[in-house]
Amino acid sequence: MDDGRIGFRIGSSLLPLRLENVVFAAGERRIIDGVSFDVHAGLRCMIVGPNGAGKSVLLRLCHGLLRPTAGTIRWNAPESPGGPRHQAMVFQRPVMLRRSALANVIYALKVAKVLPEQRKQRALEALHKVGLQALAASPARVLSGGEQQRLALARIWALKPEVLFLDEPTANLDPGATHEIEKVIDAMHAGGTKIVMVTHNLGQARRLGDEILFLHRGRLIERTPAARFFRHPQSAEAARFLEGELPW
Amino acid sequence: MNSVGAAAAQALQLIVGADPKLVAIVLLSLKVSLSAVVIACMVGLPLGATIAVGRFSGRNPVIVLLNALMGLPPVVVGLAVYLLLSRAGPLGGMGLLFTPTAMVIAQAILITPIIAALSRQVVEDAWVEYREQLRSLGETKFGAAMTLLWDVRYSLVTIVLAGFGRAAAEVGAVMIVGGNIDGVTRVMTTAIALETSKGDLPLALGLGLVLLAIVLALNATAYVVKETAQRRYG
Repeated sequence: MDDGRIGFRIGSSLLPLRLENVVFAAGERRIIDGVSFDVHAGLRCMIVGPNGAGKSVLLRLCHGLLRPTAGTIRWNAPESPGGPRHQAMVFQRPVMLRRSALANVIYALKVAKVLPEQRKQRALEALHKVGLQALAASPARVLSGGEQQRLALARIWALKPEVLFLDEPTANLDPGATHEIEKVIDAMHAGGTKIVMVTHNLGQARRLGDEILFLHRGRLIERTPAARFFRHPQSAEAARFLEGELPW
Repeated sequence: MNSVGAAAAQALQLIVGADPKLVAIVLLSLKVSLSAVVIACMVGLPLGATIAVGRFSGRNPVIVLLNALMGLPPVVVGLAVYLLLSRAGPLGGMGLLFTPTAMVIAQAILITPIIAALSRQVVEDAWVEYREQLRSLGETKFGAAMTLLWDVRYSLVTIVLAGFGRAAAEVGAVMIVGGNIDGVTRVMTTAIALETSKGDLPLALGLGLVLLAIVLALNATAYVVKETAQRRYG
């Protein structure tokens, strides 16, 4: 039925995404303080930075879960309100409904207004891609943390989003489960989904990232190809961050 | 002491022998209260869930009012429904007063706030956990309310039974709008009140025992359903 590639809406791609002077304030505190950048299709973006830098908030602003206090966030072709979404997000802790793994994927397809007769087939394919086909009938909330996160990715893969935001998807997982998740993310990237990911695991940023956005105290300090970032960061903040984070 | 013992023995005889009068009263009670619960759920569950996920002005006063209505005195509800359905009332032409239908209406009004207020709380707790995920998927507010209702279904069992317990156990509302007519609108609670005042303790006691047994059985069922589901679905 599909070869894993994304059926983009012709001539109405979501990307590029453009942020201009975006500010997000909670009371007096500016969690995001005047951030501007463009996101184009292709390269896998890793957003890194110390705790409290505003990484997760930035991701939620991009995804539309939060509204900026000031500035603009503009998609090339915005999604119609109430219509199916063409972007998706994976959270640090997956939230599953009290129903089977398969039913969780089918639910997402239903919300996305996929025709009823196509839902089950697409859901099964997605479960197969993440290696959960054997657990399709299991209740989702009693799966292990790694399995739930793979299920969260299957739920999104079935939707074939154009853009995928990930907020530290492996923060709670052991190395084995982390590896599984990274494989799925890579496969989705290969299928044409734009990957924008927050991680504080620098090894992961190195493995998965094509370019690094370094965030510090709510500001975008630098944006550098991944290969260069880890050897020659452009900013003093990033250099200090890498020193503190990387013991070698 | 003796008379109580004798009455209890006779009461057990009535129950074990499935005394037709007693059975008729019990069945009518169940019919009225179950109907009221079904109606209250159809209104109360969507109402509670919608308030839980909704963001509108006046939301807090609505919640306070809903919580306060949980304590509606049955006699006041009975009186209001009586005025509504009596000959001179706005719905008097329907001829519903002193019928089981009137009793269903009164009990439904009594327990709808209970079901709405309690389900609002349960759904809102779930909404805190699910909100970002459901919004991310593009779910509408109404869709989220329905999804959450289904997701907390095992907690709702307890709430629905609380509503049923309240309906089956109240006497004031059904007494006023039903009239306690023998064979027509006489239910367990009104019969107990009447038979006790008449001195027919065996029937009163027998009905009391049946009422207790029903409430106990329902709560045991709810407990088992919830525990099993929690283990199975997490």
